[in-house]
Amino acid sequence: MTQEPIGSPEIYRLQVNGESHDVQDAWLGESLLYVLRERLGLPGSKGACEQGECGSCTVLLDGAAVCACLVMAASATDADIVTVEGLAPDAALTDVQAAFLDEGAVQCGFCTPGLIVAVHHLLEHNPEPSALETREALSGNICRCTGYGRIFAAVDAVVASRADQAAR
Amino acid sequence: MSVLTPSTIDEVLAHLAERPEALLLSGGTDVMVEINMAHRKAPAEVVALRRVEQLRLWRHNPSSEGTGGTVTIGSGLPYAEMEHGPLAELFPALAEAARTVGSPQIRAAGTLGGNLGTCSPAGDGLPVLFALDAIVHLRSIGGQRDVPVADFMVGVKQNVLEPGELVTGVTMPIRHGWQGYSKVGVRNAMVIATASACLAMDRDRGAVTLALGAVGTTIIRCRDAEGWLAGELDLSAEPLDISDAVAQEFGRRAAADARPIDDHRSTAAYRGHAVGVLSSRLLRRAAA
Amino acid sequence: MTEASAPAATATATETVTALRPGVLGTNAARPDGVPKVQGRFAFANDLWAENMLWGATLRSPHPYARIRSVDVTGAWKIAGVEAIVTAEDVPGQPTYGLIRQDQHVFASAYVRYRGEPVAAVAADHPETCRRALEAIVVDYEVLTPLTDPEEAIAGTRDRIHPDGNLIRHQRILCGDPEATGPIVVEGNYEMGMQDQAFLGPEAALAVPDDDGAGLELYIATQWLHEDRKQVAACLGLPEERVRLVLGGVGGAFGAREDISLQVHCSLLALRTGRPIKMQYGREESFYGHVHRHPAKIWMRHHASADGVIVKIEARMVFDGGAYTSTSPAVLINGVTHAQGPYRCPNAIVDGYATRTNNPPCGAMRGFGVVQACFAHEGQMDKLAAAAGLSPVEVRLRNAMRTGDPLITGQPVDSVAPVERCIRETDALPMPPDLPADADVLALPGGSGRTADRGHVVRGVGYGVAIKNLMYSEGFDDYSTARCQLNDGVATLKFAAAEVGQGFVMLAQQIARSILGVDEVMLDTIDTQIGSSGSTSASRQTWISGGAVDAACRKVRELLLEAVAERHGMPALQLAIEGTDVVDTIGSLRIPVADASAGLRLDETVEYRHRATEDLDENGQGNCHVAFAFVAHRAVVDVDPELGLVKVVQIATAQDVGRALNPLSVAGQIEGGIAQGLGLAVMEEIIVTDGMVRNASFTDYLLPTTLDAPTVVFSLIEEPDPQAPLGAKGVGEPPCISVTPAIAAAIRDATGRDIGRVPVRPQDICLS
Repeated sequence: MTQEPIGSPEIYRLQVNGESHDVQDAWLGESLLYVLRERLGLPGSKGACEQGECGSCTVLLDGAAVCACLVMAASATDADIVTVEGLAPDAALTDVQAAFLDEGAVQCGFCTPGLIVAVHHLLEHNPEPSALETREALSGNICRCTGYGRIFAAVDAVVASRADQAAR
Repeated sequence: MSVLTPSTIDEVLAHLAERPEALLLSGGTDVMVEINMAHRKAPAEVVALRRVEQLRLWRHNPSSEGTGGTVTIGSGLPYAEMEHGPLAELFPALAEAARTVGSPQIRAAGTLGGNLGTCSPAGDGLPVLFALDAIVHLRSIGGQRDVPVADFMVGVKQNVLEPGELVTGVTMPIRHGWQGYSKVGVRNAMVIATASACLAMDRDRGAVTLALGAVGTTIIRCRDAEGWLAGELDLSAEPLDISDAVAQEFGRRAAADARPIDDHRSTAAYRGHAVGVLSSRLLRRAAA
Repeated sequence: MTEASAPAATATATETVTALRPGVLGTNAARPDGVPKVQGRFAFANDLWAENMLWGATLRSPHPYARIRSVDVTGAWKIAGVEAIVTAEDVPGQPTYGLIRQDQHVFASAYVRYRGEPVAAVAADHPETCRRALEAIVVDYEVLTPLTDPEEAIAGTRDRIHPDGNLIRHQRILCGDPEATGPIVVEGNYEMGMQDQAFLGPEAALAVPDDDGAGLELYIATQWLHEDRKQVAACLGLPEERVRLVLGGVGGAFGAREDISLQVHCSLLALRTGRPIKMQYGREESFYGHVHRHPAKIWMRHHASADGVIVKIEARMVFDGGAYTSTSPAVLINGVTHAQGPYRCPNAIVDGYATRTNNPPCGAMRGFGVVQACFAHEGQMDKLAAAAGLSPVEVRLRNAMRTGDPLITGQPVDSVAPVERCIRETDALPMPPDLPADADVLALPGGSGRTADRGHVVRGVGYGVAIKNLMYSEGFDDYSTARCQLNDGVATLKFAAAEVGQGFVMLAQQIARSILGVDEVMLDTIDTQIGSSGSTSASRQTWISGGAVDAACRKVRELLLEAVAERHGMPALQLAIEGTDVVDTIGSLRIPVADASAGLRLDETVEYRHRATEDLDENGQGNCHVAFAFVAHRAVVDVDPELGLVKVVQIATAQDVGRALNPLSVAGQIEGGIAQGLGLAVMEEIIVTDGMVRNASFTDYLLPTTLDAPTVVFSLIEEPDPQAPLGAKGVGEPPCISVTPAIAAAIRDATGRDIGRVPVRPQDICLS
């Protein structure tokens, strides 16, 4: 049996952060995480386990927070994909990103992009989560450095400041 | 290698007829792990089900007698959709089981179709399907067959799916009575069941069903415990009066049906003990 | 609405924070790498990429012990896209490496001694090509029976599995009167499973060869650039100047990056192909690719007076070091010298063994041998309390060490030793509210698995107290180098101290701001273009590298003040830096530092060393440690005793930090360390059977999630240590040490079971 070449001549198209990307010469078994990082120049999403057990690769796929390592990239051709790089234009920081910095929620930072995406997703669907709701919503994102305390503080800070702004 | 993204069931079946060995990709939460870890050779053809909207629906089938009917759940409905809303109200045990699947990210992608395709005895949704006597719908280009879930799963990661067949959904009866689910794991999220159980009361028939997960080569229906309890009590009565002795005996009989093993996650002794405790506690909750 | 997890900082710290200039020592200064990290733009080693690069991958032994008969790579060469294949015979320099003894092979040649030992490596155009190439390499193994029982290694009943023998080290400590006894005698056996550091950023490196093929640049996520360089250069047969290491962004370390993993492999492939090589491990390979925490079995016996005062301790400790030496000799010393815990102890007999087996190699992990000793001595203290009719708090207060008291090695603990304060302040922190009758299912043991109802849950409380040495020991000449430049009001720092997430890059800036009165502090690349900063481990960087940065900044400040003094014709001694100004302390001159340093090019490089330490003699006597820190923990747990499931509700802690240089950062270390100690207590274990790892994945190696994290309340004890250059003690390790025995004690309290092992498994609680 002849060895199949790695790269496939087929081209497929992905919609990422509002832009269209053609993926060519790829091995069709590549995960979305691999394609984002190695082919589309978007290394913000991280791979810590490639099994969906850590959440470091969390991206939004048609508005749902999923693990990019578990999405076969070639099957996501019609999906609206948002990565951490797409949350704010250029050098701007979202309020969630700023809160992570202010509250000391960033140490090594490997889990941070996935968490930022997950927190954005949480607050979009539940603007004033209880402590347990926050914990459950983020239970798919592992952090090994912080023990989560400062991360919860960051979420609380965003909730408070958004509620404050809404009140005005 | 080719990845196909059909948008209707008929397109899927046509592809499968041409390429019966093609890998069916649902949420990817089992299959992509195997490909990423290179435990599974990357398949030559993949049929991705993401765009098949028909598989992501569920519907209530009212019965002509007006006694509840059944619900058919598409094999592509993500677990996240089962946790809340009308479907969760119809099947509280399914909602409870769905909530324990992996993580929020996994629940957004994982499906019953995937759980059935993989057929792990630790699959979180499976004890619910067994306890509710689910019928699994299989379709191929040649036709359709409906298989009781107990006949569908035949061993560890073994089912009766034939090449060219697609699981399109499951149908379960709406029962009157309490139903609930429990799962033992050492961690409070993202954990493979060490032991799990689903109990469902059926007041109309004066029956109880109990299914155990992670303690056998398939999900186990505890027919001995079920039959014994129906003999001991009038299960159509409301409220149910469950004494400590009855709950304990129920749990003991359930555990006796379990065939747990030792592995790196737990011991046979613990698993057997745990399903007994879960069964007793579920029964007490049913009566509370 | 948040839970009560705010730090209960001391009043002093709060006042200080509000009065200080932003960004100086004592404030919650911002991380310089924070913005890129939250945006996903921070370049971890895993993110590095180079034009024309190839991917590298490693072939690992499937057997824990086997003789290699042959390695046949011909099949791999037939695969299109493969550019290099290397094995043991291709290693140009020293074939072995190691932090203490160079007994570990770059590639196995005659024997493989652990499951996962590297046998070959390939370079190819795609990770998938690499995978296929590795699959095509045929290794003929003669499988041998692995040595897996440390006791057999000690007894010498098995042939040596390595030329250096099966006993890595033995150390005895004899102190005082070995015949001393007391009316109260309590003993116990304590076992600790193998924990993994499980940093999130898997091993990664990018090696870029020089054009002449006789040198390279290696971008690497590591803990100690210079030690890596030394080993890589030796194995490549190159002079160290031709091997330049640059720190790639590090996704956590916790000890696992102290030993080299892919450094030599990656470099060798780069030199062979003449092209950049990117290597990174997946999670499974990561578990095989780095050392773990030593599993240990410890027996202890405490003799005490009738009122619970320790008279003598006896201990036998066995640390299984696995196949290669790594840092086992040092881990063992930490274990035995901390056997008494933070308590006065006049007499002791301790025997410690570090064994070599065909189990996975073990080495540095946060806590470094003291975690194991602490689990044992804290279990003993509770037994002592029960026998003496004292509470767990009382027995510890009664025996608490004070500044100046000796260890069982004879070394006086001249670090500030506020053990009593640690215990009292921990105990004074508020208890969590009782579990309500209508508790949310997520608040119960078992969580969303709905295994328990409220009536199935019992609460327990337990305590743990620890002493932990800071920095390296046994005469090691540890030092750090730092360079400070001040040009036109901008300070630039250069150091090789590895930033692994702990925040040294932030601290260094704080130091410079405080000493030089500048706000903007640039950080030069962290690489080997400057002298060593030593390892990011042993809670040493704040003290030693902080001390080096401090010293370099002070020298620059001295030069600056001299220059200003000369310019204005006054003695330099009169001048000082106040805020961002140079001021005449007895006159009216006030010049902004930016102006004062205009036109000056001040540049100082300093090496900082701590005081010398000694070896231990054959009775384990000697001043082998530099300094010590102390901590106490209280754990509140809810247990479902029938199912053996545990929920850790709250951890309270008071930690001896000397001085909180960045209170928010200290909070992060405390909470993060507690999570790791919690993991060790109830869920984390590398399961090894006959030398085979059973759970090399995050599916079955369980790390605490947000739903497992307890509420943490803490108090910082700030009694500045006069030895420490900034008054601050290292804070990284203490948080993960006594929290584990505190949780075990709380489980014992809730269930009445004699828990002698961590991690505690459900069956340990509910089955006999």
